[in-house]
Amino acid sequence: MPEISVKNETLNCILDRYKRDRGQLISILQDIQAEYNYLPREAVKFVSSELGIPLSQVYSVATFFKAFSLQPRGRHTIHVCMGTACHVRGAAQILQQMENETKTCCGETTKDGKFTLESVNCVGACALGPVVVVDGEYAGQMTVNKVKPLLEKYD
Amino acid sequence: MITLKIDGREINAEPGKTVLEAARENNIYIPTLCVNEAVAAYGACRLCMVEVTRGNRKRLVASCLYEVAEGLVVETRTERVVNIRRLVMELLLARCPNSSEVIEMARSMGIDSSRFQSEEDDNSCVLCALCTRVCREVVGKSAISLVGRGTNRKVALPFCEDTDACIACGSCVYVCPTGAIKMEDNGDVRRITWPSSTHEFKMKKCASCGSYFAPEKQISFMIQKTGLEAEKFDLCMNCRP
Amino acid sequence: MEELQKKRSRIMDSRPDVSTIAVCCGTGCQAFGGEKVAQAFREKIAESGLQNSVAIKTTGCHGFCERGLLVVIRPQNIFYQRVRLEDVDEIFNETVINGKIIERLLYITPDGSSKITSEEEVPFYKKQMRLIFGANGNIDPAEIDDYIAIGGYSAIAKVLSSMKPEQVIEEVSAAGLRGRGGGGFPAATKWKSTREAEGEPKYVICNCDEGDPGAFMDRSLMEGNPHSILEGMIIGAYASGSNTGFIYIRNEYPLAVKNAEIAIRQAEEYGLLGENILGSGFNFSVHINRGGGAFVCGESTALMASIEGKVGEPRAKYVHTSERGLYDRPTVLNNVETWANVPLIINRGSAWFASICTENSKGTKIFSLVGKINNTGLVEVPMGITLREIIYEIGGGIPDGKRFKAVLTGGPSGGCIPENLLDLPVDFDELTRVGSMMGSGAMIVMDEDNCMVDIARYFLKFLEEESCGKCVPCREGLKRMRQILDDICEGKGEESHLELLEEMSAAIGDGALCGLGQTAPNPVLTTLKYFRDEYISHIVDKKCPAGVCKALISYHIVNENCTSCRLCVKKCPVGAIEFVDKKIPVVIHQDLCTKCGACKETCKFNAVEIR
Repeated sequence: MPEISVKNETLNCILDRYKRDRGQLISILQDIQAEYNYLPREAVKFVSSELGIPLSQVYSVATFFKAFSLQPRGRHTIHVCMGTACHVRGAAQILQQMENETKTCCGETTKDGKFTLESVNCVGACALGPVVVVDGEYAGQMTVNKVKPLLEKYD
Repeated sequence: MITLKIDGREINAEPGKTVLEAARENNIYIPTLCVNEAVAAYGACRLCMVEVTRGNRKRLVASCLYEVAEGLVVETRTERVVNIRRLVMELLLARCPNSSEVIEMARSMGIDSSRFQSEEDDNSCVLCALCTRVCREVVGKSAISLVGRGTNRKVALPFCEDTDACIACGSCVYVCPTGAIKMEDNGDVRRITWPSSTHEFKMKKCASCGSYFAPEKQISFMIQKTGLEAEKFDLCMNCRP
Repeated sequence: MEELQKKRSRIMDSRPDVSTIAVCCGTGCQAFGGEKVAQAFREKIAESGLQNSVAIKTTGCHGFCERGLLVVIRPQNIFYQRVRLEDVDEIFNETVINGKIIERLLYITPDGSSKITSEEEVPFYKKQMRLIFGANGNIDPAEIDDYIAIGGYSAIAKVLSSMKPEQVIEEVSAAGLRGRGGGGFPAATKWKSTREAEGEPKYVICNCDEGDPGAFMDRSLMEGNPHSILEGMIIGAYASGSNTGFIYIRNEYPLAVKNAEIAIRQAEEYGLLGENILGSGFNFSVHINRGGGAFVCGESTALMASIEGKVGEPRAKYVHTSERGLYDRPTVLNNVETWANVPLIINRGSAWFASICTENSKGTKIFSLVGKINNTGLVEVPMGITLREIIYEIGGGIPDGKRFKAVLTGGPSGGCIPENLLDLPVDFDELTRVGSMMGSGAMIVMDEDNCMVDIARYFLKFLEEESCGKCVPCREGLKRMRQILDDICEGKGEESHLELLEEMSAAIGDGALCGLGQTAPNPVLTTLKYFRDEYISHIVDKKCPAGVCKALISYHIVNENCTSCRLCVKKCPVGAIEFVDKKIPVVIHQDLCTKCGACKETCKFNAVEIR
């Protein structure tokens, strides 16, 4: 997928939201990711120069934290919870079924750009386990057989 | 001065010194991979772990970071210490099976082989971060950094290709304890190979003899840093008056 | 100070005794439509013109997530569970208007013997001591007045008007409050050390980076009662001499971030944060930092690096963070639950707090009870209660008549505790003694269907992924341990592997830089200690007794039970099940089977078994 173009205006707005505080780098990157669904390279460079943090340091932060993606993501993000409570209730099988159904590996985006499949270590909704979160919506008490119908709800 | 004991020997050290520094001043050997006087101690390789006793409390610490204290008792070769070093060396041998520096260091500790399977890809970077620390703390450019985390960590340029900040000075090459970063000068080109990518940099030609003597970006950096006139950097070392 | 008292009276006066419908909107209940249900109630109230006699309250998590969505009608405390949107009309018409109980929404005891009407009689709640967590069900986290109405911010008033910082430290010290985040370090000791340390400014931090999988008490507190945490932080800041605070929240907790933001804004408006708090001359402001998804940032130095906008890499703590922490300045760091305990200690006194206890662990602790347990949820219990009481009396035991195998406390740093230790009193020291730890309070219950080798592998994999990669023992060592466990789970293990695992565990525990690495071997060590026979089964017999490890199991049709209904044939994603004929059992082709388990899950006749 090609890189999308970023608007300095949008980025400035996000930077100002945090008073251009270097300590808020992670929050700033998070807001950029929320805006573009990933961290476009131009945006990372812009943040580096505006905050006066070396690009390598911003890049280190962007690659260290799991929340960030430097690749464009799918229209829908699937988070399969792999927390312990979900694990003991069979989350691994749910993830495998998700991989089968979307024909993509965990951490990757489907070829048609529809889904990005990711695992997450506990969303703190253990009573619902195993849990899958699609675009922020929780689907609880998942079973292998519920995977396909869940995915069919999204286009 | 502070008095402490290392391996039964009473020694004196200035306050603020680390146990490692005190040991080295007294010719007591403690192995290290991630220590270099040019940069701040980091505490990553864990080879310099020692057992210290202070009052009733005994614990394992990284001697490169732990400061000397009055009455401190340090043991550098206890069973626990040796076990840590053995594990670290075996792990590094598995990671860098072809690194002569790692092999040699392991041998010096009596370790000839690793119980862990070697990595498939040939790797000689032990991730001690000396290169990235020198680039940030000494050169002041932060051109390279540690990217990713955990077992996926590697030394890289931003996006594995952005050389904007790099002045091709080669400090990272010189400081690397295992030769994991390569540098080669060939005519007007300097080629640096980091574990994740290779890049070429233009060299400056001596105005007098015509030999290529330093990377252009490094010269510009020095002009800017020193505030001297650009002409001062036109000649190579041999041609300078 | 008097202002606050007046405000409280005004709030109380403006709230006549009305019927209140409390709808749980914690994350668990939200998944069952908490907000939609609340909205439906609001519409019903508006339709029937009862705005003055019926109030709706959207609260934080009540703890009994298993039974969500929870709705409580007050003042009668009628407890409805598993409520859905379609039940709203009936609840409103029958219970709110006519005062009748709807039997089918009541909680039925597991033996089916009785239906329980009122909240406090539900066995799940009965044995708890909900000092910290109890308020969650009564207040709307987005309404500071709700918190003030239940006595909130009175501890601040007391501290700022009548106590010196040293007295506050003494009081908290006498209460014996230990950190609830993992280490169990005495809170007052940190405060004192920061107060006495040189260097300005000083900082206080609230750690809400609850990365321990299976733990969600900090999330629920931050979502459900953020003001109690702020109040604790203000007191801690006053005591330790700080004017700036940070709340570090996991980004996976968007509602916690939102509610904390609202709470800070409201507290500022009320003069409880900012300059000259309650006219005392004390200044304190709080900022929110969101985490980026890294378990290691629960470690104090990594968390501080992250607040500084850097990679979350820990550093050695030979000088405590209370002396050199955030930006190298003296810093107090406590977790959410610890902070929430502080106002309670100030209001009710250290002697009272210390009376709830075992010798070295005072007060209550909130646990998240999850996994193979009937009553999944958050439970707050006095220290010293036994594991058996928590699991069987509060948790209602193991579902589906299965047999209990182990409970894991302390998350990835903790250990698996077997059945014969269930009478262990739960406190910091007892858990450590058996090789586990209190940790942040996750209790993951496992039954006979869980493989302990698989659990050990699960945690190693988790920690391998979460290791920052700085030090060699953690980065390289955990990977190697995980590979060995992979081999064992795949039937390629050797007996010598067990000794190697133990040797590596010791060296990693001694050699790793931070708490993550040092405690990482615990799940392996405790499973090796208490469940060694399961390892031996994998290695010697090449069998997974629990039927989990794929390489060691296969799916088979129980011919007597199979009705050849073909449900499994349809569900099998790889076409590995063959329908032969009516009245002839279906056949699983082992060469095609991917062991996904869809057939077993689908079968209504128990005709698929794992061997």
